[in-house]
Amino acid sequence: MTEEETHKTAENTEPSKAERKNKVGPDGLTKRDRLKIKRHPMPEQAPEERTTNFRSVVFGYTPEMAYEEAQRCLDCPRPKCIEGCPAEVDIPAFIREILKGDLEESYRILKADNALPAVCGRVCPQEAQCELTCLLAKKGPVAIGRLEQFVAEYMLDKYEKEPPKVEKIIPTKEKVAVIGAGPAGITAATDLVKMGYEVTIFEALHKPGGVLNYGIPPFRMPRRILNAELASIEQMGVDVRCNMVFGKTVTYEELLEDGYKAFFLGTGAGLPTFMGIPGENANGVYSANEYLTRVNLMEAWDFPNADTPVFVGKNVVTTGAGNTAMDSARVSKRMPGVEKSYIVYRRTRNEAPARNEEIEHAEQEGVIFKYLTQPIEILRDEKNWITGMRCIQMELGEPDDSGRRRPVPIPDSEFEIECDTLLVAIGQRPNPIAMRSIPGLEISRWGTIVVDEETMMTTVPGVFAGGDATVGSSTVIMAVGHGKKAARAVDAYLAKQREKSEK
Amino acid sequence: MTEPKPNEIVFKKRLSENTVRIEVVAPLIAKKAQPGQFVIIRVHSRGERIPLTIADSNKETGTITLIFQEVGKSTFALGLLEQGGFLHDVVGPLGHPTPIEKYGNAIIVAGGLGTAEMYPIARALREAGNHVITIVGARRKDLLVMVEEMESVSDEIIITTDDGSLGRKGVVTVPLKELVEDGRADFVITCGPTIMMKFVAEATREAGVPTFASLNPIMVDGTGMCGACRVSVGGKTRFACVDGPDFNAHEVDFEELMMRQKAFCDFERKSLDLWLEEHPERAHSGG
Repeated sequence: MTEEETHKTAENTEPSKAERKNKVGPDGLTKRDRLKIKRHPMPEQAPEERTTNFRSVVFGYTPEMAYEEAQRCLDCPRPKCIEGCPAEVDIPAFIREILKGDLEESYRILKADNALPAVCGRVCPQEAQCELTCLLAKKGPVAIGRLEQFVAEYMLDKYEKEPPKVEKIIPTKEKVAVIGAGPAGITAATDLVKMGYEVTIFEALHKPGGVLNYGIPPFRMPRRILNAELASIEQMGVDVRCNMVFGKTVTYEELLEDGYKAFFLGTGAGLPTFMGIPGENANGVYSANEYLTRVNLMEAWDFPNADTPVFVGKNVVTTGAGNTAMDSARVSKRMPGVEKSYIVYRRTRNEAPARNEEIEHAEQEGVIFKYLTQPIEILRDEKNWITGMRCIQMELGEPDDSGRRRPVPIPDSEFEIECDTLLVAIGQRPNPIAMRSIPGLEISRWGTIVVDEETMMTTVPGVFAGGDATVGSSTVIMAVGHGKKAARAVDAYLAKQREKSEK
Repeated sequence: MTEPKPNEIVFKKRLSENTVRIEVVAPLIAKKAQPGQFVIIRVHSRGERIPLTIADSNKETGTITLIFQEVGKSTFALGLLEQGGFLHDVVGPLGHPTPIEKYGNAIIVAGGLGTAEMYPIARALREAGNHVITIVGARRKDLLVMVEEMESVSDEIIITTDDGSLGRKGVVTVPLKELVEDGRADFVITCGPTIMMKFVAEATREAGVPTFASLNPIMVDGTGMCGACRVSVGGKTRFACVDGPDFNAHEVDFEELMMRQKAFCDFERKSLDLWLEEHPERAHSGG
């Protein structure tokens, strides 16, 4: 058969609507059968149990659950789920392999588009992405995130017992420096290594992972799994160098001299924001970053077995209602001695930027939500310890620039909350050290690195950026998407440079 | 002979009962370290991040000198490492360097371990053409460290001890005030216990002598990520790790800093007690 004929035949055999309905998949089920299967709930620790430990809240699907959930996928001819995924993972393909029983291939498909499937399976807001665009969204979308988590963790477990033969990719192209071993940097680095570049990641902290390690608590992202996923990056051939503060330990100029031809800044949003109210430097007041870094990265949850301490009193207040705030309040519920963990937020649940699932988990765990409440002063004793917080009641007024109704104070509604620990989780901004060390790099008035949205290139040729460093605080998967986009752009840029020098 | 490896301790000397000097292989840091900057180290894989001022650095040998006092679990554990041993992590150089200019008479006021931190600053000030007068103080003679080194980079040196066991009996601010009154103080920089730095600031405030304090608040990451080290300077919150560690001493809220430094003392005590139970041989010096 000629190519043309094949094409024609393919057209002719395009299944009719009726045929599609009765299309039999690798598991012998038809579309009608699939529609009868209900979405599998995620098995998880009971709320009263899980607030006593730092172990994973969710248990993950069993192989049987995963198989049945995979059966729900209709394997649409034009899958919308992929469009909903910033990393453009071939979702129907990895699910199909679950049905075929080939988890190794399923994992390979996941890894082809995303270096961090175990992480993304757990922390992505799937309900706003792939599962939102799933054809079954209304009646209960295919649990794509849970399936991704299942496949990735199953394979990481398997590889732990019998390490796979990973062939290190021998670099044939230029040296590229990636700054920051968070989700954006890791993604850019792995994609570039696959393209044949010699990639080094410079990480300021003593461990890779960025926010995955310092920000996300172990009960959401177990460290055994995270470490296994991070180790797989190095096995691929990415050189990860920790304890390297770009701009301090090594500079842009030095790396240029050292032969690095392109840079990707994935330096994250690690600069904590404070409220700017009186008393904020009291003892017992932490930025969420400090609190989470102590507990998660430094393992203060296991003090004194780990050396770094964290003070947490009986009544802990977290201000803010993003994912970082939920993490802070939920960590607090798990710390010994804590009686009450509050979230204080000046708007309502509807405006809260956190994922619904995170808010639900916090609610289940007994976090007390005080909405429409604005802190105005931190009260202290003579030894500078926080004793409470003065707040004012708010109500929602007209919509502001963000489209959300602006909270306005209700006159004479001040009241006090008694607390001995306060966690400020009202947002993070990009950490300026790295970006200040590159001459000519344009920074926005929000402190983010200005990039061309198409190429992720900054105002300095050859320097690319992505993730939270370019948008403020966002999601892991957005960072993954930026990393991918930037890797393609770095490749195109260096190809052009090569062409120029050949001329 | 085998080549020393990164993070290796190539020299160790006990300067006093609880003060130790080590030289560590860290070529990238040694290449860039400037007076006033610090590193953060960890002793083991679950260890604390410990900020230590770079007391000296050598570009040729690729080593940095760190001087520390055994006060808590982490520093006691660090004190157990011997020559040939390795630090788990070393990162730096962090913080802004001390502004070195020709001021005229530059006074260094150092207390206790602060002397180690002031050594590279004294040397740099002298190289910049200043007349360097160093005042070092300690409670007792045996707690003074690096006096000889300080002498070698100072034009004048004044020693004070609380008990009079060496030099002048009393505190560092007495000779400092005399220098200020004599008009022999154009620039003052101080490092040591926070309470001492507070009195140094008071001693020079009225005469308006530019005075800097090298602060040592509690830190975690040391790169501006956490804000543990925040201090009030001129009514504004600053991060000592990335905005400092040197600040205009006349604007620093030392009272707040002292209280913030005590935030974890119960934990530090507990941690140390547990450690000393496991290391009874060090118990006599654990206070």
